[in-house]
Amino acid sequence: MEQAFFLLLAVVAIVSGLTVVVTRSPIHSALALMVCFVQVAAIFLLLRAPLLAVIQIFVYVGAIIILFLFVIMMLDVRKESRTPFLKKWIVMAVTIVALLTGEMFTLLLIGGQWQSPSYMLRGGEMSSVKDLSITLFTDFLFPFEVASVILLVALVGAIILTRQEAE
Amino acid sequence: MVPLSWYLALGAALFIIGTAGVLLRRNVLIVLLSLELMLNSVNINLVAFSNSLGDFRGQIIAIFVIAITAAEIAIALGILVALVRNKPTLEVDEVTILKG
Repeated sequence: MEQAFFLLLAVVAIVSGLTVVVTRSPIHSALALMVCFVQVAAIFLLLRAPLLAVIQIFVYVGAIIILFLFVIMMLDVRKESRTPFLKKWIVMAVTIVALLTGEMFTLLLIGGQWQSPSYMLRGGEMSSVKDLSITLFTDFLFPFEVASVILLVALVGAIILTRQEAE
Repeated sequence: MVPLSWYLALGAALFIIGTAGVLLRRNVLIVLLSLELMLNSVNINLVAFSNSLGDFRGQIIAIFVIAITAAEIAIALGILVALVRNKPTLEVDEVTILKG
């Protein structure tokens, strides 16, 4: 049952991921990425991580993709390029992608220790948000504060970057 | 129960699709979207290992990845808007002011 759900989510995620790369219009690309992110959120639920699934929906689907759609509609992207793919470095890029594919799946296939019982996934109940937040706010308090400062700097930086100079 | 290797394979597949998008597309917006896809595939791996090892820290690192991604995309879109204001193009190979 769970395997069937996983296969369904994985197939939709990969197909929508390919749509992101292949389609011409950036709007279609952003919407396909939204579909992909919702699938990944459901996969987090299969991995018993409900907090991450909710954060994925809120931050990626609710904030980042919407920001992208705002920017796409603000910029004039109706003039679509005749060649959506780079021509100059295409041989090198395809080589790199092929090498990466070969390397990753070779490692997955020969690295048989992922099948061993010590790496079995735990089913059962969801991981509790309480334990997660206790770890986050004790062991990871300093990185948490640093992340909040980074977000503040990004906010200020984005405002300054996009501000029109008063002439 | 789904084996761990299936999640790793899904993460690898999404990462490769994202890499292909970053390397092959000309449109800056689609390059940024593919970058998001790559970061998300890494999150799948982190959460899968967090589940299999019974350790929360994988999920916490994934939360930090999401926060940093949000900051990165805000800055990247700000730079993009400033760029288009100065030179009205969205194609990565036409932005050659630094002679790159």
